Amino acid sequence: MTQPTPIALTVNGRTTHLDASPDTPLLYVLRDDLGLNGAKFGCGLGQCGACTVVVDGRPVLSCLTPIAVLAGRSVTTVEGLGSPDDPGPLQRAFVEENAAQCGYCIAGMVMRAHALLARTPSPDDGQIREALRHNLCRCGTHMRILAAVRRAAGHAAAHGTTGPEGTRS
Amino acid sequence: MALGGAAVALGWHPALPPVAEIPTASPERIRAGETLAHLGYCASCHDAEGGKPHAGGRPIATPFGTIHATNITPDPETGIGRWSLDAFTRAMRQGIDREGRQLYPAFPYTHYTGLTDDDVGALYAYVMSRPPVRASAPENTLPFPLNLRPLMAGWNLLFFREGRFTPDAARDAEWNRGAYLATALSHCGACHSPRNTLGAEVASRAYEGGQADDWWSPALTALNSAAPPWTEASLARYLAGWDPQHGGAAGPMGPVLDAHARVPKGEIRALARYVASLSGAAVPRTPVDRPVPEDDPAMGRGAAIFAGACAACHESGGWAAGGVPYTVASLGQRSSITGPDPRNLIHVLREGIAPPEHASGPIMPAYGDTLTIDQTIALAAYLRARFSTAGPWTSLEETVRRLMPDAPKPSPAGPGSAQAEARP
Repeated sequence: MTQPTPIALTVNGRTTHLDASPDTPLLYVLRDDLGLNGAKFGCGLGQCGACTVVVDGRPVLSCLTPIAVLAGRSVTTVEGLGSPDDPGPLQRAFVEENAAQCGYCIAGMVMRAHALLARTPSPDDGQIREALRHNLCRCGTHMRILAAVRRAAGHAAAHGTTGPEGTRS
Repeated sequence: MALGGAAVALGWHPALPPVAEIPTASPERIRAGETLAHLGYCASCHDAEGGKPHAGGRPIATPFGTIHATNITPDPETGIGRWSLDAFTRAMRQGIDREGRQLYPAFPYTHYTGLTDDDVGALYAYVMSRPPVRASAPENTLPFPLNLRPLMAGWNLLFFREGRFTPDAARDAEWNRGAYLATALSHCGACHSPRNTLGAEVASRAYEGGQADDWWSPALTALNSAAPPWTEASLARYLAGWDPQHGGAAGPMGPVLDAHARVPKGEIRALARYVASLSGAAVPRTPVDRPVPEDDPAMGRGAAIFAGACAACHESGGWAAGGVPYTVASLGQRSSITGPDPRNLIHVLREGIAPPEHASGPIMPAYGDTLTIDQTIALAAYLRARFSTAGPWTSLEETVRRLMPDAPKPSPAGPGSAQAEARP
């Protein structure tokens, strides 16, 4: 199982052929082979969510997802949602709400929120909290992250963007 | 007398008069009742997810249909606020509510019938001291004729024996305390004993393993497959939360251990003493960890998934030796892998194990969005082959397909067809 094996990996719509051991975590391939550094290595144990990416519309922990399970499946990373020059709606909402402090958790938060909004376009607060409950943020920007997801879901117009900490109007 | 007997046989019971006011009780009495309520795991059924304590509404899946736990707060309209101690006692010991209706034996009156007067009184004092909550349980979805409650009178005639717990004079006080808790209040047999086709526990096969919420409940007798075997000391540690040899709880046992955090240690030791006595002298068993056939492609797929998804934690040496928290040294020590039924392993793979209250990361992350049905089968088969000598589970494929209806399905058209979701 440690023998490198040819595998075709589809990430952000592009298929790459590489030789890698089938038990290699997806996160390593994304960062080391594909140069996609959005997903972060946090704990390597599925405890923090910083490595979250989307596979076939579902949030998965890329640090614990061996590439062997990805044949025929489609991976989306934060880079697949837009670029700094042309951010996608969810990324723009995170920028507009200043949801990042150090930013280490943000790609994971964005991808889990992306999977949530794809399934539930207008989630209530309980659903957002439930979806993000295992993604940790050490800086404590949770209220802004929640506001960003609400904004992306189109709730901003209805509720304004005043966070519970009262820093935005 | 004969008339009364006939009435009971036909399932007729009088309504008991409502009380206008809830009798007061001393704080000590209420506290004693609270401890008993934890040991009876009332909350595991009567607290709904996200609901108010004891307000009911939690769906209880039974092989016969779904029953909803009732509101046992002292709300006069929707709870038990009009119940006297006599009415409460009758419900606990005979399964008849205040109005005279038969309760379903999903409510374990078949066990609570063993409770002492004093304990029933303390439980009454406690539940009646809680804040009333106005909440009606959803309707049960039992098929005809099971939706007819009087039918339960026949069931009671066949299977229910009312009576208090009788201590065994040949055993010590701690064993007898454990036996009282296990058979009456903590109703261990409700999940750990097999049931017959009508849902009654099979007395002759007590504690030989049962089920709860579609999880498999291991035998508490010598039939238990754990390696190393359970001892009184390891049971006491496990029942208090975690044991280095057998790990912690998942599924329906989780709330049981949560409740144990709130009861005196002596009660846990008594339960452990009694449960350990059910299996007699321990037969030594060593955890299995053996090579799997490398030339089998299915095993190779399972091995690659294990190495990439599981090994980071489960080959860390175990929590007790400084490894990842909540892991045991070898998965050969977990009866979810060595036991006769794959359901618990599949539940844990699909749903993970949620963190204890106020903790951050999960005890085990969920793989239900990561692994397909075929990948889950390959991983489970690999775990079974490597960590057990009991042979493959014949029900594995059927179990995975049944428990993972929403597993990811790779698009048959290939990955190129999924480009549309790259940009929301």
